[in-house]
Amino acid sequence: MRVLDTTKKKRWVSLYVENRIGVLARISGMMSGKSYNIDSITVGTTEDPTISRMTIGLSSDDATFEQIKKQLNRCVEVIKLNDITDASAHMKEILFIKIHDCSEFEKGEIFRIAQVFGSKPIDYGINSVLLENVSTEGRNNDLIALLQKKFDNVEIVRGGIVAIDSISMIDR
Amino acid sequence: MKISGNQLFATAMKKEGVDTIFAYPGGMVVNLLDALYDHPGIDLVLPRHEQGAVHMADGYARATGKVGVCLVTSGPGATNLVTGIANANYDSIPIVCFTGQVSENLIGNDAFQEVDIIGVTRHVAKFVIMVREREMLAQRIKEAFYIARSGKPGPVLVDLPTDVMAELGSTSYPTNVNIRGYKPNKGVHMGQLKKAITMMKRAKKPIFLIGGGVNLAGAQEEMTTLAAKLEVPVITTVMGRGAINTEHPLFIGDIGMHGSYAANRAANEADLIFAIGCRFGDRVTGDVKNFAPRAKIVHIDIESASISRNVTVDIPIVADAKAAIEKIISHTQPMTHSRWVKEVKSWDQEHPLAMDVKEGVSPQKIIETLNELYADRDTIYTADVGQHQMWASQYLRLDPRHRLYQSGGLGAMGFGLPSAIGARIGMPEKSVVSINGDGGFQMNIQEMATAVCQELPMVIVIFNNTKLGMVRQMQTLFCKKRYMITCLASHKSCKGKCGQPGYECPEYTPNFVKIAEAYGSKGYRVTEDSQLADTILEARNYAEANNKPVIVECIVSPDELVLPMIKGGASFDDILL
Repeated sequence: MRVLDTTKKKRWVSLYVENRIGVLARISGMMSGKSYNIDSITVGTTEDPTISRMTIGLSSDDATFEQIKKQLNRCVEVIKLNDITDASAHMKEILFIKIHDCSEFEKGEIFRIAQVFGSKPIDYGINSVLLENVSTEGRNNDLIALLQKKFDNVEIVRGGIVAIDSISMIDR
Repeated sequence: MKISGNQLFATAMKKEGVDTIFAYPGGMVVNLLDALYDHPGIDLVLPRHEQGAVHMADGYARATGKVGVCLVTSGPGATNLVTGIANANYDSIPIVCFTGQVSENLIGNDAFQEVDIIGVTRHVAKFVIMVREREMLAQRIKEAFYIARSGKPGPVLVDLPTDVMAELGSTSYPTNVNIRGYKPNKGVHMGQLKKAITMMKRAKKPIFLIGGGVNLAGAQEEMTTLAAKLEVPVITTVMGRGAINTEHPLFIGDIGMHGSYAANRAANEADLIFAIGCRFGDRVTGDVKNFAPRAKIVHIDIESASISRNVTVDIPIVADAKAAIEKIISHTQPMTHSRWVKEVKSWDQEHPLAMDVKEGVSPQKIIETLNELYADRDTIYTADVGQHQMWASQYLRLDPRHRLYQSGGLGAMGFGLPSAIGARIGMPEKSVVSINGDGGFQMNIQEMATAVCQELPMVIVIFNNTKLGMVRQMQTLFCKKRYMITCLASHKSCKGKCGQPGYECPEYTPNFVKIAEAYGSKGYRVTEDSQLADTILEARNYAEANNKPVIVECIVSPDELVLPMIKGGASFDDILL
């Protein structure tokens, strides 16, 4: 029997790519063309303006993930690939949540929630509040779940995860 | 001095050693063609369709080992390349396609003949790029050729907006390439290789499974030496066929869907599959779960993404086939596996490849006649896609002087004729035979004109069974003979009458003999085995005396099947003999 373990696991890849038109399409298109599902992808330029860095989050089994990494490395536009699934890294996502139609009392509740979650209220209206939360993906999920349970009219924008390796113990 | 991008393009072609470009004109390359006017050292071959051009570049590349080049205009010119690019990508053939593009200020405006060809071809090519700055042109062309021919070769597309090409700039052409994201593997990991050799020493029933990578690397001689030194039976994929002489005592046959019984059984019984330059495609493995159930697998391939992709591999080795084979030869002592070889050979005697033909011309005989007539000549065969391709693959005798090129991975009908044209243009001293079905031949039939105008003496064999035979075969075997759109003779008025007693099928269209005549050449029709040798010989003589392509149409029964067959997704136990 030549069948592999198919347990899915959350994976993270940090990718250095050429900062050129079409590279995001190349990467995302390759992933979709081979039926690899991306959970989250973020791109931005780096300290070197000719290089962009992507953080890609996905769920897959071991064999598929190996194949994904190989396929990414095959792309001429990919300069370097770091698998940070099990590496020590800082990972954060920016999240905006706008809560509409809230009463004075509810606004107080929102502020208490914000305090506990470390969110920043960054805008305020007669019956609405805008929170900004920079946190891990899981913590953002929790905050969204809570606010959606409590309020009917919640608008959400998520930025996707960005990640960077920790400074190593030796450097510290 | 400053020159235009168009002029630099001509210089670049010379520096890259390009002597032939398969090119179709159009508005967005007219100035580029004008620049090439002053360079008589570069031959421009005009096909009759851009798909013809790209398959010609492909055939040229396979035959010469050089990079095939084609040049077409924007929009429809570019989109007509797509099948050919995908084909070269699948079979790892180095080609560079240059496409004209509207000027940058018009890109995105739905300008006349504007297509985002980069977006269209991104996922069927090894690399694609639009040149957006005049000063990057030389470097991009240099990189394109480098990427196409290095590592696992493949097609590269370079999109050239007219304004960039018109702009004046530097004359210099780089001598070196350094692409930070592309460093093809050149060495061989000796640790892994030694493990593989140890495994070979321990194996009682090893086989070599050889793919197209060995042919691409030009390692046929080394492969033969290696197989003989270790006395290990060799089976090949369709693309690997010819990696060792098909008459060699250690050669067993092709593996896979239409491979020989012995080759498939050998894979089934082997305790070690030593695979070089193949990718364990679905046509090779069938049901992956039951593929080679008793074997450990060593897999050598230049592309790490090919390894452990379809089957789990015990020892992966990323290396060029030739380099790896040379290393194995120098790190092994001679071995013997006489009893195992004898056993595998006996399976071939049990169920040899052979056809029992009751009516029409025997496909096997056609191929065997070619084997005899071309035995003393350096010959390139190209096959189109379908039953005739499998028969060619099963029965053609291949060795260093006789090569077969076919659309292995993509299975693109219409490949047979233009690839033969490209091969003949690249290798004018060789004989070229194009083997086609009546269906596939019609997909690029217009290239007859190219072959005539290029004055190419070649023999075009058409297996005419009036059907799209390979699909019809599936309908015969798996759809209870409910034939659906696989009859090329079928007319509208056949409806309800097909197969009824007394109903006569309409005349086949087109008449291939007259087609040949209409193109200013000659066509022959063979209806019996006994006419084969004389007709093909006469056709060849006519072709060579007149420098023209000739058609030899062989009337084959529509009921002939390609056997053995392992249905897609099935395993060796389900083989149909």
